[in-house]
Amino acid sequence: MKETMSERRKFFLTIARATGVAALGGLVWSAYVDEITANALILRPPGALDEEDFLKTCIKCGMCVEACPFDTLMLAAPGDNKPIGTPYFTPRDVPCYMCTDIPCVPVCPTDALDIKKVSNSNGELDINIAEMGTAVIDTKNCIAFWGIQCDACYRACPLLDVAIKIEYEKNSRTGKHAFLKPVVDSDFCTGCGLCERACVTEKASIFVLPKEIALGKAGDYYIKGWDKNDEKRLENATSRRTTTEISKESAVDSLNDMGGLLDD
Amino acid sequence: MIKNKYLILRRVTQISLMFLYFGANAWGWSFITGNLSSSLIMGTIPMSDPYAVLQMFAAGAIIASNVLLGAVIAVLFYAIVGGRAFCSWVCPVNIITDSANYLRRKLGFNQVQKRQPATRSMRYWMIMISLFISVGFGVTAFEFISPISMVHRGLVFGMGFGWAAVVVLFLFDLFVLKNGWCGHICPLGGFYSIVGKYSLIRVKHQEEKCTLCMKCKEVCPENQVLFMVGKSTEQVLSGECTNCARCIEVCDDDALNFSIRELANQKTKEK
Repeated sequence: MKETMSERRKFFLTIARATGVAALGGLVWSAYVDEITANALILRPPGALDEEDFLKTCIKCGMCVEACPFDTLMLAAPGDNKPIGTPYFTPRDVPCYMCTDIPCVPVCPTDALDIKKVSNSNGELDINIAEMGTAVIDTKNCIAFWGIQCDACYRACPLLDVAIKIEYEKNSRTGKHAFLKPVVDSDFCTGCGLCERACVTEKASIFVLPKEIALGKAGDYYIKGWDKNDEKRLENATSRRTTTEISKESAVDSLNDMGGLLDD
Repeated sequence: MIKNKYLILRRVTQISLMFLYFGANAWGWSFITGNLSSSLIMGTIPMSDPYAVLQMFAAGAIIASNVLLGAVIAVLFYAIVGGRAFCSWVCPVNIITDSANYLRRKLGFNQVQKRQPATRSMRYWMIMISLFISVGFGVTAFEFISPISMVHRGLVFGMGFGWAAVVVLFLFDLFVLKNGWCGHICPLGGFYSIVGKYSLIRVKHQEEKCTLCMKCKEVCPENQVLFMVGKSTEQVLSGECTNCARCIEVCDDDALNFSIRELANQKTKEK
């Protein structure tokens, strides 16, 4: 009897130990994975799925990196503080040169880089519709906004005068010069980063951010009334009803009610 | 015959494979591109890590046909032919843990630390946990911590701090637990143990030749699979055998050899 008791206790203890180790390991593991994949400030190759789906789907084989003829793409190594093994690029070092045959995308075995996202309506590859990110300008440090003539980013842009335009404005400080201000149109900007590479300031004053970071969202409740297409957004509109409880008493009463202030 | 024929062959396979991957990235060779997670042989045949694909599936990813085909090819090869050969013939971590184990034997650590306070079934728990985390967090859980990937990806695309993984694995296997990583923890090894359970290439032990020197058990990284040594003539059927052939090489009596799985009579003989 005593023998079987100790056997049983041993069994339960083993189970408990295994559960304990598994729980500890699982906790540390999931915490680490959650932390490392939370990095949103990362620029992906063209055609990449949304970050959430991308992290599920990318198998980290590096074939896009090998296909890239400009060594733009890198695989995140331990210590890069990016989701390990996933491809990214740093435009200030090497931007995406927007190859027309987009060699990095078709080689992806998992479709984490999706050909459909860089194909036009005729089914042809079209790098100009890639959405790697969007350029953002720091107007305080961009010297063009100071009135110094610089159009380095404008000239570097592969979608010249489409993704970056120059706006002319009178320089009221001197009274006789013009500002030539670069302005990014995020509808067309692919996020290739040639502008960031070309920027002449010490630290780039125009730089690429992921679109989810850089762009806001107007929501369904503001519609451009002058744009027929914009109304289509209403088809999938979500509605939110807010109700405020309105006082049933007359407004005059509320003015007369001194809250007992004048009572003796 | 060369003494450590299989060992040399294995090292040649492991190193030249990594070199081919490296060449593909550095000099544009096209024999085999990618890395051990997923690769393309001669620009046509895909090979993918089936355990990674399983995690992708658990994470809820849409599995593309290319990577699925690659995983199926890998599974079929190891399930029918190679068994757990990935671990000893392909995986570069094997070189690290083997050298730790070699040093352990030479320094006599095994005599001092006789008791191994951990179970080898931990790797199957690791598979379970990795799948749970993959489902829960929607990412391929093991792929983000795998020291195997850090090493083979690092060798091809740049190590970063990946060398730390190499050092940790080496020290862990040397001082903490004999065959600690490959034989206890690694879920990929566990995965291939399951996949390769019914493969055709099997080590066979012939009891009548055995002189009970036990060199095979000393050198075997999964020595629980050699339970029959000196006891009965039979094949090593455990999926945990990596087909590394170290036992064959160290046997001076020709009692261990590769063989093709005997399909019918083995089990009945046991009883």
